[in-house]
Amino acid sequence: MIFDIEYETMPREALESIQLKRLQTVLSHVYATVPFYKKKLDDAGILPGDVKTLKDLQRIPFTTKQDLRDNYPFGMFAVPMANVVRIHASSGTTGQPTVVGYTARDIDTWAGLMARALSAAGATRGDIIHNAYGYGLFTGGLGVHYGAEKLGASVIPVSGGNTKRQAIIMRDFKPTILTATPSYTLHLAEAAEEMGISFKDLHFKAGIFGAEPWSENMREEIERKLNIDAIDIYGLSEVMGPGVSIECLEAKKGLHIFEDHFIPEIINPNTGDALPYGDTGELVFTTITKEAFPIIRYRTRDITTLNPEPCVCGRTHVRMNKVSGRTDDMLIIRGVNVFPSQIESVLMQVEGVEPHYQLLVDRKDNLDTLTVRVEINEKLFSDEVKQLQQLESKISKDIKETLGVSAKVKLAEPKSIARSEGKAARVIDNRKI
Amino acid sequence: MQTEQISIFIENKAGRLSDVTGILAETGINIRALAVADTSDFGVLRLIVNDNSKAEEALKNSGFTVRKTRVVAVKVDDNPGGLHRILDVLKTAGINVEYMYAFIQQSGDKAIMIFRFDQTEEAINILLDNGLTVIDGSTLSTL
Repeated sequence: MIFDIEYETMPREALESIQLKRLQTVLSHVYATVPFYKKKLDDAGILPGDVKTLKDLQRIPFTTKQDLRDNYPFGMFAVPMANVVRIHASSGTTGQPTVVGYTARDIDTWAGLMARALSAAGATRGDIIHNAYGYGLFTGGLGVHYGAEKLGASVIPVSGGNTKRQAIIMRDFKPTILTATPSYTLHLAEAAEEMGISFKDLHFKAGIFGAEPWSENMREEIERKLNIDAIDIYGLSEVMGPGVSIECLEAKKGLHIFEDHFIPEIINPNTGDALPYGDTGELVFTTITKEAFPIIRYRTRDITTLNPEPCVCGRTHVRMNKVSGRTDDMLIIRGVNVFPSQIESVLMQVEGVEPHYQLLVDRKDNLDTLTVRVEINEKLFSDEVKQLQQLESKISKDIKETLGVSAKVKLAEPKSIARSEGKAARVIDNRKI
Repeated sequence: MQTEQISIFIENKAGRLSDVTGILAETGINIRALAVADTSDFGVLRLIVNDNSKAEEALKNSGFTVRKTRVVAVKVDDNPGGLHRILDVLKTAGINVEYMYAFIQQSGDKAIMIFRFDQTEEAINILLDNGLTVIDGSTLSTL
């Protein structure tokens, strides 16, 4: 099902002409309203009026996560707060989140794009959607929710957690579409199984999974265990939230980027040079319809490729492959963004702890686990085991409170963690994705 | 009247304990008493040796985290109720035993127990007042 036939199947030429017009409008808008963009363009010696083709976009400087942090909280907003109807925020690296805003029209645009995404996965207004993405500052829950209502489907705003209750709702309310992170889905399936509720006897026909990296193997596992079609969705709050791109049920091969709203580019992360279709590099987005928080050439740090080949589903929008990695050291653990530097700043606040630590990430029973090894030293060492255990639980509690992610803390012998090997040695990611 | 014990942090992995004993053997240190307290991740090895300073230095040079702790060595009648009598005295005085372990050698017909108290001085006084024998560190190392 294609929700918006006109735009989603628009011939490339017409699509690109719309993109250019919208790009020119958004550039004039941010130049006039956001001091950050005015300065960037002035410094680069380019005015919005100089952008005469889509290729001219490549002359405009990038926007990075650091730029968003520097303008915390509302410095990047392009409309007065009176016109902002919603604020979301993502977890930040040093306790400073990335804040985004939406006008009423932005919310409506987002709902429309999310409705397109749900349709691409086979949802119709007759479906019941079990939405297990978290509701709150995170864009996942509310993003899917508004899209489901826009589509006219019935949405169960169950949010994350409380797995047993979720299983009972799935049995009794008979939802037909599941939206959740892939790792939580497998956890949910196991928990339900233990309660005597088999996913195969439920009424799900498809699931829309995202917010964390997952592999083709995991897709096969989910499809087999749940007897559903598993569809990949992509989004990030800086660009909009869920519904930036989606796989179609027909092909399940690459995610269509809604190009009438976002212009994607692939660049060489080291040089910043634009790369042609088919090359692997960092994904960069420019939003061309957003009002409150337009973003120009935003470096997502996600590594992928773009595929312009026509798709069997009829959509003309370019497809991005599954994200294969990141250009930075960010870890996504159970949907939460975690940077090693965040853990480090928590450790440094504990009296006597030195910044010698290592993060071990694994996936056990389909749930991500984080173990933090911290080196002991003479200041921290106590002859009494219970004091050492108290230290472990204190660090664990601090990490949970600051980052919102559970971690097991293990004290390690001094010098047992590799030094001077750069960032890589800090993180050992054993997840098979 | 106190005795010094050295405590060593060791991760729970194969061969770590033998690394410690290897260093002590090479340095010519004799282990007189030993106890391990462990969790699933790590352990604390507690040792009484014939030369604490030499042992501490050798272990630190090999990268171990070492700490000296004050403990108390008490003579215990080597017959039923011997240990109970000591613990009973401590209980009556309201003194908490953090941990304890046995010394390998006997002193005459008596066994020796090593105690770690939260109030070391007070514990020693109570024990002496009740006619028990506390052995000081220098005596212990000659046994």
